[in-house]
Amino acid sequence: MPTLELRNVVGGYGDTQILHGVTITVDPGEIVVIIGPNGAGKSTAIKAVFGLLNLSGGQVLLDGEDITNMPPEQVVRHGVCYVPQTANIFPSLTVEENLEMGAFVREDDFTPRLNEIYELFPPLKEKRRQAAGTLSGGQRQMVAMGKALMLEPRILLLDEPTAGLSPKFRGEIFSIVKTVHEAGTPILMVEQNAKQALRIADRGYVLVDGHNKYTGTGRELLDDSEVAVMFLGGAADGAKDKAGDGAA
Amino acid sequence: MMDIIGDLINFHLIPGIVLGSIYALGAIGLTLTFGILRFANFAHGEIMTLGAYFAWTLVQLTGWHPVAVMPIAMGLTVLVALGIDRGFYKPFRASPTIMLVIASFGMMLMVRSLVQLIWGVQIKTIMPGIQMPLVLFDWLRISPKHIIIVTSAVALMFAVHYLLTYTKIGKAMRAMSDSPELARLTGINTEAVIRATWIIGAALAAAAGALLALDTHIQTMMGFKLLLPVFAATILGGIGRPYGAVVGGLVIGLAEELSSYAWIGDTPLLNPGYKAGVAFAIMVAMLIWRPSGLFRGKVY
Repeated sequence: MPTLELRNVVGGYGDTQILHGVTITVDPGEIVVIIGPNGAGKSTAIKAVFGLLNLSGGQVLLDGEDITNMPPEQVVRHGVCYVPQTANIFPSLTVEENLEMGAFVREDDFTPRLNEIYELFPPLKEKRRQAAGTLSGGQRQMVAMGKALMLEPRILLLDEPTAGLSPKFRGEIFSIVKTVHEAGTPILMVEQNAKQALRIADRGYVLVDGHNKYTGTGRELLDDSEVAVMFLGGAADGAKDKAGDGAA
Repeated sequence: MMDIIGDLINFHLIPGIVLGSIYALGAIGLTLTFGILRFANFAHGEIMTLGAYFAWTLVQLTGWHPVAVMPIAMGLTVLVALGIDRGFYKPFRASPTIMLVIASFGMMLMVRSLVQLIWGVQIKTIMPGIQMPLVLFDWLRISPKHIIIVTSAVALMFAVHYLLTYTKIGKAMRAMSDSPELARLTGINTEAVIRATWIIGAALAAAAGALLALDTHIQTMMGFKLLLPVFAATILGGIGRPYGAVVGGLVIGLAEELSSYAWIGDTPLLNPGYKAGVAFAIMVAMLIWRPSGLFRGKVY
């Protein structure tokens, strides 16, 4: 059974329809990447899972359970964590307090989990008493992801985690995403830096105008000349030097 | 020489600190509701009035010292504040901020009129009689009630500090003050945070009212008169910044009292009648030059 499934999802904000029947599946242990041009509804698709917009059609299933149109505070309790693109940390709280807030819905002792997060992101342990707002962009993303992971979620939703970061940090973030994934959390991620994202992805979806356009494994999409020309800004990956931009 | 310094300390510095700690208590509550619920609560002054009247009634009933009945007065005021939130503010939670501001303005008028109906409009004293001040080193005169007021205020501030720094709900309050939207996405129980905010805000406001009553007297307009300096303290400290509110309260209180000292020549620098103007001037100046306040609060 897929961990997460969007079945023919239709919806948007107010009267504006953005998704016109989007289908996305994340199987246990997978990294799935959504790519596509601006305005294709990539972020909206993730928000649809998290109950942040009204769906007029289709279904969202979490391990087979229907969570369509469930409000965000409930979705969190079901073990889905969402890291927004911006404003994804509490800047005036310390790093440790941010992580504690991530565990707000937990009633049990989360100290072991806190230590696991520190092992995953050593810089955070060093700066745990520092206000999160004073950290660098890459470290803020670590806080945001660490905060989400405090719940040991069934799936992690990431909205453009590398947006606005320099290429150096981008590589860092992709390796963090890989680390988190290897630690056992399935990930559904929206990415602007499609090539790098597809290289770490098990599968990818190309959305255009709120529809599914292409679907395949990360490799297949990278090698597809049509996808490459339209969405990856150049010839297919196989056709040129793979070491091109030193991706993770 | 000691006479001159004694005059400055006894009649300006000490009253400034006393007034400042009362303003600070009011401002902490105002800044928390402002930061977390995102609206300027005009009824905050009347909550202070209510605390003072509850304390007065309890003193009449029990004959205890005002500070001894203060916790009960705070509890009663909290119940009223939670009731107001439930009945008048909660329905507007998803509405534009201006609706909440107007609702709080209406609330201000309603609470004040209710207080006038229940307790009458005459001035009351909570502790009749004159207390002799303690005299130290021949020139320093401190009234016992001033010691009580400042000590109570400082104790309450430490309690709030502990709550915001070490408890789960306190941290969640600071988180929600940072970003209500992210707080919701994180799974923080925002209604519980809002409830905690009203409890703390109303308890401190009630304490401020009761302590002011102990310092001077009680009248139905006292909360309204407190509103301007308390707003000034909130803006000075930075909206959403409780520590800023403490500093802001003290600065406003001291500025008001020190402005009437005879700094130049023999006459007061400013006629004491203009005290309220000092708070207003500081508030306007801050809004022009540094709207985020001393502690980098929010700017709306």
